[in-house]
Amino acid sequence: MKVPILKQGDYLIASVQSVLSDSDLSLLRDEIAERVGRYRSRGVIIDVTALDVIDSYAARTLKNIAQITKLRGAETVIAGIQPEVAFSMVQLGLTLDGVATALDLEEGLICLDKLTKGMINKNGG
Amino acid sequence: MADEVTVNIRLESAIVYARQKGRELAAELGFSQSELTIIATAISELARNIVDYAGNGQIIMQLIEKDGQKGIMIKAQDNGPGIPDIELAMQDGYSTGNSLGLGLPGTKRLMDEFEIDSKVGQGTTVTVIKWKRNDINFKI
Repeated sequence: MKVPILKQGDYLIASVQSVLSDSDLSLLRDEIAERVGRYRSRGVIIDVTALDVIDSYAARTLKNIAQITKLRGAETVIAGIQPEVAFSMVQLGLTLDGVATALDLEEGLICLDKLTKGMINKNGG
Repeated sequence: MADEVTVNIRLESAIVYARQKGRELAAELGFSQSELTIIATAISELARNIVDYAGNGQIIMQLIEKDGQKGIMIKAQDNGPGIPDIELAMQDGYSTGNSLGLGLPGTKRLMDEFEIDSKVGQGTTVTVIKWKRNDINFKI
């Protein structure tokens, strides 16, 4: 697995460390979908600060991850899209409509706290 | 200093390699970080089209100069099935595959020049150019 996924309380934090190929992205999607269930997570943050490019495939996969985790009862926040990456995405015509985004990991955690507030605790605590 | 790089595109993993090579080559001209990301994104889309629709092909990247202006030219060529209706393929949201259909029109928006030549049964060549802005204060 190229992207380490850390469990932090009720959240999963996936920190992209390097550029990702299409298959790396697909693997990340599958791993997150599985771990949300395994750890009964309520939220997922994908930190994409290290991504050099978010092209149509990457944008579609990030969107899919958010939709899949939602169906699994968890919220997703995409954090750390770099300014030049955001600029290219807009030019290309890509949006992440319906997906929560945050400036960085710190803001992402705050965002996730808000999104999951009042959610039923799946761990029964 | 090489001013031309060719990357064979067969496997999906070559997409990342091609855009890294393109970024390195364009960096030699002193493009800004934003422009380098735009160039890398365009290469990514063009390379993915080859993988998705043709199976294999080449990305040829070349530093060029015209009337004192410098730039990078990227040529994506394949011997795939070709595009029957280019006008349709250039429309936002149109896709025959499982994609968003933004690849070609989006790439055109990213670059300064865009040319497509396709013959059904013979293949497709897409040529794009990004010119280096002469204004040193130019920011995105």
